Amino acid sequence: MQIDWTHFSPGAALIGGAEIGLAAGLMILLLGRIAGVSGILAGIIPFRREETGWRLAFALGLVAAPLFASLFRAPAPPEFTAGYPLLALAGLLVGFGARLGGGCTSGHGVCGLSRFSLRSVVATVTFMSVAIATVFVVRHVIG
Amino acid sequence: MKTRIPLSFLIGLIFGVGLVVSGMNLPSKVQGFLDIAGLWDPSLAFVMIGAIGVATLAFRLAAGRRISFIGEPIQQPAAGRVDARLVVGAAIFGVGWGLSGVCPGPATVNLAFLDPKAVVFFVAMVLGMAIERMGPLLKRASAPAAVEQDS
Repeated sequence: MQIDWTHFSPGAALIGGAEIGLAAGLMILLLGRIAGVSGILAGIIPFRREETGWRLAFALGLVAAPLFASLFRAPAPPEFTAGYPLLALAGLLVGFGARLGGGCTSGHGVCGLSRFSLRSVVATVTFMSVAIATVFVVRHVIG
Repeated sequence: MKTRIPLSFLIGLIFGVGLVVSGMNLPSKVQGFLDIAGLWDPSLAFVMIGAIGVATLAFRLAAGRRISFIGEPIQQPAAGRVDARLVVGAAIFGVGWGLSGVCPGPATVNLAFLDPKAVVFFVAMVLGMAIERMGPLLKRASAPAAVEQDS
């Protein structure tokens, strides 16, 4: 195993992670909900008076984040390693899988682990190992 | 309660800034973390440590409460069973996450960069969610619908 020292950024990772944890904490302590992005997005539709508003507001807050961050320092734009067909396929799998499994990296990975949910531990270990295996196949077997 | 909507926007903003600051929104960085056999970037383990460290305290504070600090009911998922649906769903999610380096939070945050690739991923992801929702409807004629479980 070789560490990528040029890109390794533990300080920024810890601070950014703490902000994600703070958001998840405020979500449960104020709105009484789990900050799982896939679940929140999926619940925007169909329109329901009590549900659609706060879910849409959360999503808009996410989209506004890079704009807000750029007031202080221009954030690095995302570089997509995959081409369009692969991204479309991956998007389908991410959306489908997150709903079938009842959560994604935020709902299971952050909130679920923080509340010691067995289902979330199993889901997180599963998607982490499968994602690591997928990258291994793409980069070191096929690539 | 009307205060929910501005609060939720603010929470989304904090969440998104956390993703941007940590670099979790960058597909190349996420894949650098997942590529343990290549040049490995362990940063995202530190994102999880930071996030879980803070969130654990909040969930401990929420544990005994039924009503939130602004008077909303606290809705935590009941401890459910580990079933095939959970494992298969997480595995499918893992394939997509590995292929792209993008999960739902970053997919939403990255819309702000107006990169057509970010838009394609987001639209495909929403379509994937819609297909998952249609599944039980299509099967309902022959079998009882699966019980919905949310994390």
